[in-house]
Amino acid sequence: MSNRIVNWFRFSSPQTFYPLAGRLLPWFAGSAAVLGAASLWLGLFVAPTDAQQGEGYRIIFVHVAASWMSMFIYVVMAGWAALGLIFNTRLSSMMASALAPTGTLFAFLSLWTGALWGKPMWGAWWVWDARLTSELILFFLYLGFIALQAAIDDPRRADRAGAVLALVGVVNVPIIYFSVYWWNTLHQGASVSLTKSPSMAHTMLWGMLLMALSFWMYAIAAALMRVRCIMLERERGSAWAGELAEAAQ
Amino acid sequence: MIWNSAADFFAMGGYALYVWGSFVVTAAALAIEIIGLRRRRRAALADLRRERSARQVSKARV
Repeated sequence: MSNRIVNWFRFSSPQTFYPLAGRLLPWFAGSAAVLGAASLWLGLFVAPTDAQQGEGYRIIFVHVAASWMSMFIYVVMAGWAALGLIFNTRLSSMMASALAPTGTLFAFLSLWTGALWGKPMWGAWWVWDARLTSELILFFLYLGFIALQAAIDDPRRADRAGAVLALVGVVNVPIIYFSVYWWNTLHQGASVSLTKSPSMAHTMLWGMLLMALSFWMYAIAAALMRVRCIMLERERGSAWAGELAEAAQ
Repeated sequence: MIWNSAADFFAMGGYALYVWGSFVVTAAALAIEIIGLRRRRRAALADLRRERSARQVSKARV
């Protein structure tokens, strides 16, 4: 009976996950490149000019995808952190640490592209609007998570402290998402709704969705690359890491 | 194709700074992250090799 059940905890050991991550990496990186190229083609060459915003609206293709990823990665990061906290599995905590810098990057890109969009359309790089402010808080939560883990020498204690911070911060994600409904914001409402048919041209919608998928694949590839580095750094005393370094020469 | 010329494409209807400022910074940020990760991997592997050879030297002395 017992050998019919897939032992998922087997993959929670860095020694077994390291080669698996290495095999998966090229697939995620490749699909990120292909989807990204398709999205750029649709977004820059096929999608029509917007009636109100002219060509300025094309920022949407990176802005919306980066913003979605910044929130999504945070939730996934907090999920891994929670698993690490509950089951005390090293790999879960390593995955949380591996996702944090990529999430920070997307939160920064969301704010950056938002500023570049706000200036021509609203006349301001920044306003203290509920949507913008809660996204800025998300960016600081990521930075806080990274800084807290970096400040604690013992990796297992750093994992636990970071996990608590990540879990408390999860409350901010629905605030970002619903901010445009809860408060009277300058920021526009949701670009895509699951319940209504899309109000924008299909090529615009597809360009945006493909970019989001591309960023998703990119984020997985980057997190796998980083988790492999973290494994090598943390498992430095183990025999498998040493042999691996020898073989990689 | 929606553009009349390459110049038309790069001008982005007068929004060149904002549109290209978004796309170029995004591409650069992702590229920098990947370069950084490759460096980190090389450094980690070099560290492991150094430690391993150091251990072999001290073993040989005993």
